[in-house]
Order: sequence, then structure tokens, then C-alpha cells
Amino acid sequence: MGHRIQIEVNGKRYEREVDARRLLVHFLREDLGLTGTNVGCETSLCGACTILVNGQSVKSCTQLAVQADGTSVTTIEGMADGQDLHPLQAAFRDNHGLQCGYCTPGMIMVAAGMLADNPAPTEQEIRQGLKGNVCRCTGYHNIVKSIADAAEQMNGKGGDS
Amino acid sequence: MFPGNFEYVRAGNLKEALTLLSGEDCKALAGGHSLIPLLKQRLAQPAKLVDISGLDELKGVTVEAGKARVGALTTHRELAASEALQGAAQVLSEAASKVGDPQVRNRGTLGGNIAHADPASDLPAVLLALDAEVSIVGPNGSRSTKADGFFSGLMDTDLAENEVISHVEFSSLGAGDASAYCKFEHPASGYAICGAAAVIRGSEVRLAFNGVAAVPFLASAVGDSLSGSDLSDAAIDSALSALEHDDPLSDLHASAEYRLHLAKVYGGRALRAARDRRG
Repeated sequence: MGHRIQIEVNGKRYEREVDARRLLVHFLREDLGLTGTNVGCETSLCGACTILVNGQSVKSCTQLAVQADGTSVTTIEGMADGQDLHPLQAAFRDNHGLQCGYCTPGMIMVAAGMLADNPAPTEQEIRQGLKGNVCRCTGYHNIVKSIADAAEQMNGKGGDS
Repeated sequence: MFPGNFEYVRAGNLKEALTLLSGEDCKALAGGHSLIPLLKQRLAQPAKLVDISGLDELKGVTVEAGKARVGALTTHRELAASEALQGAAQVLSEAASKVGDPQVRNRGTLGGNIAHADPASDLPAVLLALDAEVSIVGPNGSRSTKADGFFSGLMDTDLAENEVISHVEFSSLGAGDASAYCKFEHPASGYAICGAAAVIRGSEVRLAFNGVAAVPFLASAVGDSLSGSDLSDAAIDSALSALEHDDPLSDLHASAEYRLHLAKVYGGRALRAARDRRG
């Protein structure tokens, strides 16, 4: 049975009809064509599909699209301002925070949620905050560095980026 | 991997939720972090999901006149951040901060966690140690049951199909009381292989475990022998040396013997942490 839902994604309002069982990640990728959000493990463990729903990080493989009716969603596509990368994206580039890149959208989105809660996390807090995100290239060190760098830039303490 | 077909209805209030749940083969849906994984694996295939996540009457923490009341829809994130809980039951906040990962804590709820009753979940032992009451509403009105007794088997509880947990209630801790939760977790999943919740209330000591057995349990003999004691390291070690369980879990992560060993180590850590937190 179809459900008509309204969702704001990256500042744009969408109204679509979805099946109750449609997962939010499939809605974003297949119905809206926003394929920046990756599907990884599909079992709520890897975090590749992390997005922000009403400003909080969630795994979009573990939420139904109908549950997100009326919410405001941010995906990786909503991070850059035109050609200007978001400080997190710039920091991941500058610090070699990605290797194969598959986990990167989820890493950046969980980091966005983390920095919204805690703008100046310690290294330990960053590592704890990444507990639900897996990088199978095992490039965690530079991911942590990237997030710390982005936090500094966003707090206006950074030097040249 | 996606769920089979089901009908989905969003309840506007508790009364409507109960009416909707009175049909055949219905399940209440809140944060979905226990239920959606089961739906995807087709381990649960309900005909209808009743989304209760919008019911404000089931949300939030209030501490008043020595009683703490925690709504079933309160998320782990909210429990972990609750200032009211820091004094009333630090153990609940502490355990919630150790559930899963940030994304899971943003969505998962207290009610969903205890209704699902995964043996490796973190909150059940906390409720046993706090001597909490679980309040339940159903087609025949409301009732409450002690947490010790609510958990009846492996992923099984006293909750009937058409009922909903509304909130959890317990006497808040006072000055001079203290509590702590210590956990040995699986390094990948974060689930508790052994989780110990300790509550010291006046001279009464309560210690409970999850992860160790199919059903979370209160270590009554340990608590009784420590109640009224000086809670010295020697008294704690001696009380824990007698800790036993008829049927500890045994799986590829930890044998029964190892789990009992962990229970003694983490039970000791939780008790010492609570003792040292007393004002």
C-alpha cells in the first residue's frame, strides 16, 4: 500500500509515494537519485549509509522512508555550497581521510552530527563518535585527523586550508 | 536486504495506538532499532506496524518527590544527556551512553530496548539494580510490574502483544547513594558480553547483570551479603566469589566459564565505582 510522504532533503521539498517497507536509504538513492549515500552492510553495523535526520546522525538502512515523513534530511550531496566544499569535505581531502572512499559519505555525515553536538571534540571523543562507522581500508588515523582539522577550521582556529 | 510487506499506521495518541494494536498480528514501532533489523531478516513478519514514535506522552525524564519517571520513547541519547538522571540514577545514563554507537543512540528507545529484551542489551540490568517498575498500558487499562519478573526468557518478556510500555519508574537516588554500570563489550558489535549494574542506596546494595545469561538477573546473594557491609575491596571480592548462575550463556564469543569470570570482574568494578562515587 502506498503512503504519500513529504520530506525535505538538502533544503528541497519532495513529495513521493512509497511502500511502507521502503527503507530510507533506498528512497534517497533510487527514488530521489541521491546516490552519494552508500549502502554497505545493510545490517546497521557499518555506518556507510549515515545521514542527518533533523540534525542527528542516523543509519538510513535502519529507518523506513515512511518514518521520515515530515522530517528534514541532509545527505552528503547537501554538504558543499556550490563549488565550495564543506570544511569536513575539504579536511578529508587535505588529510588523506579517504582511500577507496566507500565509507566517506557516512564518515562525513556522522562527523557533521558529532561536531554539531560537540564543536571541539578530543581525539578520544572523535574515535568514540566513529564507533558505528567502519572503514575497511582501515584508514581511521587520517579520518580522525580530518575531523579534528575540520573542527579547528569550523571554530575559526585553523591556518591555511 | 529489505522487509516483507506490511501495513503502516502512525498513531496520533496513546488511545488510538492501543486501538490499532488490538488487531491481529500487529507490532508497535518506535525507533525501530530492534524491530527493523528483525524485519529485514524476516525473523519478524507482522501484518501491521503501528508507529508510536510521535506520542509525546511517552517521552522524557521527570524526577519529582523522590520518584523518577522515564518515558518509554526516551532515546538512549536523551538518557545519556539527561541532567536529572545524573543525580537520580547515574547508572541509567551511563549504561545508555554505552549502547551501540551514536546513530543507534539517536534512534533507539528505552521502551524498545526492554521490550526486545536482547540478553546482550545494556538497560535491563540497570532496571533490575534500580528495582524499577515497568508501567504497561493495554486494552484493559494500565498495570505495572517489577523489572525483576518482567524479563521472562530469551528475548521474551511479560508484555502482551497488544500492550505498550508507557514508562519506567523508580525511587531516585539521594545524597550518599550512588550507582555505576561497567561493561565488557564485543569489540565489533558493542553488545554486552557482560554488563554489570550496581546501585548503593543507603545500606542496601543491588547488583544485576546482562549478557551473562539468557535473562538478565539480580545477583541477590551478592547484594545481600554486601548490604550493611563496609564495602571494602575485601568484602566485595568475598561476596563476588560466591557468584553463581545455573545456566550462563555460552557461545563463540565467550564460554559459560569465562562469562562467569567476567561477571565477577565487572561486578567488582561496578560496585567499586559506585562505592567511590558516594558523596
